[in-house]
Amino acid sequence: MDLPTFWFCVIALLWLGYLFLEGFDFGVGMLLPILGRKDVERRVLINTIGPVWDGNEVWLIVAGGAMFASFPGWYASLFSTAYLPLLLLLVALIGRGVAFEYRGKVDTHRWRRNWDRVIIAASWISPLVVGLVLSANVFGLPLDEHGDRVGGWWTIFSVPSIVGALAVCGFSLLHGAVFLSLKTEGEIRERARRFALRMGVPLLLPVIALLFIAQFTEGSEWTWVPLVIALVAALAGLARLYRWRDGQAFALQGVALASVVITLFGALWPNVIPSTLDAANSLSIADTASSPYTLTVITWVAAFGTPAVLIYQGWTYWVFRKRIGTKHIPPVHAPSA
Amino acid sequence: MDLLDIARWQFGITTVYHFLMVPLTIGLAVLVAGMQTAWYRTGKYRYLKMTKFWGKLMLINFAMGVVTGIVQEFQFGMAWSAYSRFVGDVFGAPLAMEGLLAFFVESTFLGLWIFGWDKLSKGVHLACAWAFSLATVLSAYFILAANSWMQHPVGVELVDGRPRLNSIWAVLGNNTVLAAFPHTVFGCFAVAGSFLIGIAAWQIARHHRKSAVDDEDRKAWHGSLRLGAWVAVIAFAGLAISGDIQGKLMFQQQPMKMASAEALCHSEAPASFSIFAVGDVARPDCENVKSITVPYILSYLANGDFTSEVKGVQALIPEYQAKYGTHYPDDPRLGQFAGQPIDYTPNLPVTYWGFRFMIGFGGLAALGAVAVLWLTRKQKFPEGRWWAPLAVAAIGLPFAGNIAGWVFTEMGRQPFVVAPNPDPSGIDGVWMYTAQAVSAGVTAGEMLTSVIALTALYGVLAVVEIFLMVRYVRGGFDAVMPPKPPEGEKADEALSFAY
Repeated sequence: MDLPTFWFCVIALLWLGYLFLEGFDFGVGMLLPILGRKDVERRVLINTIGPVWDGNEVWLIVAGGAMFASFPGWYASLFSTAYLPLLLLLVALIGRGVAFEYRGKVDTHRWRRNWDRVIIAASWISPLVVGLVLSANVFGLPLDEHGDRVGGWWTIFSVPSIVGALAVCGFSLLHGAVFLSLKTEGEIRERARRFALRMGVPLLLPVIALLFIAQFTEGSEWTWVPLVIALVAALAGLARLYRWRDGQAFALQGVALASVVITLFGALWPNVIPSTLDAANSLSIADTASSPYTLTVITWVAAFGTPAVLIYQGWTYWVFRKRIGTKHIPPVHAPSA
Repeated sequence: MDLLDIARWQFGITTVYHFLMVPLTIGLAVLVAGMQTAWYRTGKYRYLKMTKFWGKLMLINFAMGVVTGIVQEFQFGMAWSAYSRFVGDVFGAPLAMEGLLAFFVESTFLGLWIFGWDKLSKGVHLACAWAFSLATVLSAYFILAANSWMQHPVGVELVDGRPRLNSIWAVLGNNTVLAAFPHTVFGCFAVAGSFLIGIAAWQIARHHRKSAVDDEDRKAWHGSLRLGAWVAVIAFAGLAISGDIQGKLMFQQQPMKMASAEALCHSEAPASFSIFAVGDVARPDCENVKSITVPYILSYLANGDFTSEVKGVQALIPEYQAKYGTHYPDDPRLGQFAGQPIDYTPNLPVTYWGFRFMIGFGGLAALGAVAVLWLTRKQKFPEGRWWAPLAVAAIGLPFAGNIAGWVFTEMGRQPFVVAPNPDPSGIDGVWMYTAQAVSAGVTAGEMLTSVIALTALYGVLAVVEIFLMVRYVRGGFDAVMPPKPPEGEKADEALSFAY
């Protein structure tokens, strides 16, 4: 495998890491009003992701930074073409991050309710936008010969990109529910499990649709393999959850997601963005890759950095491995006005 | 306004705003780790109080620094796609390094620190504090390495008209970043020092008015105040030394920026340093400018002696024209700039006053810190009613100095986004005009939407952050300490410090 192809795989891996990790914390935010009926229950939900959401979000920043370093042309064309959706994503992520940190800092009902609204709205908007932009990338954007968008901001909307938006959203919701049944105890855990079992198949429908659209429009023979694995793993995950094996269910979700990402990036290969205007304008791995020297440099950085990240992030999850219930939530302690 | 102007305003607004958060976070994070170390080593309860109080203010600010940082990374691709394509081979690498080597550490260990108070051993928990605070400093290094490359491109060769990286060590060891990094980090500590001074002074003044004063609390506030003052004084000394080194480099690397900083229109030998100017500094011929100057000093700032010549704007323009051309390329992608003459002088009032405000505000903050050290010696504390409000107001000085410094250094580089280097130590021939850098596929309407959305959002968040800061400052130690001292209780049942 040459270096540009290797980095194409690294980019796919970074997006996979992002979707897997922040997927469940988006899901927890989306489920806040559905599973958290009292304030203390909502605090349980938020505290399941409290120590880790910020680290999860860095996967997005690194995915962006790594695209910039390894495929500047890809980064530039995708980010400028998806200008307004990404603005919406930024606004949502800004609101969401601040809301987590600020929600408990003032002890009034109104304060918390308003920040809860920000968390919920941002947790729905973010996966929709990520899904929209990534799937639009896979199925093509109207690029001219310079790699710039032709047409207005709405050209990013197409049937596959909208299906992709719903797919990431549905996956995050299900993934969040499974995560919560793994991380909480008591009433909330039962609610989360029930939600995942009841809603699991409907939530996976857009994912399945996206897979088949990708397979029939851009796929190759071999992409059938990850496609089938994705379907089997997703359903097996729900079956394990039914048997109360929430850890296994969560892991199988991960396998399913990995297979989906492999199918989609497999469909994209050897392009990084196909142009819907003219195949000659499509950006390929070879066209957009940085020089071999730059790729070698960042390969060394990744070779040392990535294992370290995996180790200490894994350790974080280990430190906070205990299930959380309402009894663990201390009374609010904030300055009185 | 056209696309380029809007994009530049957006970059300016979002960057300055981000840089209001970042220095306070960096400075406070390291100081909080230091306070926690003092608690770990001495076991004195007041150091724990300090750690928790200043740690809480640090967290309120950290959240804003993190979320506004994502905008910074994304907008290179979103608003400046032509720039990103041009420089990606070299500029992306330090950015990716920041993410992988620094940012992951910061955010992961911050989570461990916030939630790990009773879950981790004291030593491991302290190590987490040092991990995230030092990672914030490392983060600054990578970002400044990227920025310094825009000021002074090194480590590349031109292949097919684009810079191609040939030495990452040259980029990371660029003399420009070696000077900019200490200067910026000292700036962060100047901010954190003044922050400690202002808030601790306010608390002490409030305690004066109360009848019952907890002796332990009084010591903690006094300790915070003295710590802040020492940090601010040392930081300013560092700023002056590193600033002098950086200035001398910049006279070589970007003579036009420095000539503009001085509104020095005609070459002088020996050159005088301008303290204050009256009149129209916007005109490069300097008619009508009355400047109060100190003789010989500019020669020293530029070259380290008192007599050498410093080139003025008028002398530099033909040099730039000879090296980099008189007209923009006649490329339709340059829009209104295509084929137009190039104006090599940056915005003179902005660079002139930016430079003066940077030094002026920084110097005022330093004088204040020295006064605080003198006034509070031997556990004494001034009684005057004026002094606490003054100390609180002085928190703004180093912030203002930092902003002025950044506006100066970025605006002084115009019309280039990647500045060329007449000085033979850099690689001459690598440069990019700002007019060439903006995203061609984005419309002015989209860009304007984002400026309005982000500015409005940042405005609201500024209000929220200040509201929370004030609340926690007023709450003092009581608001951040658990109701009972943490010893003995079965603390592992409940999550302390939870959201």
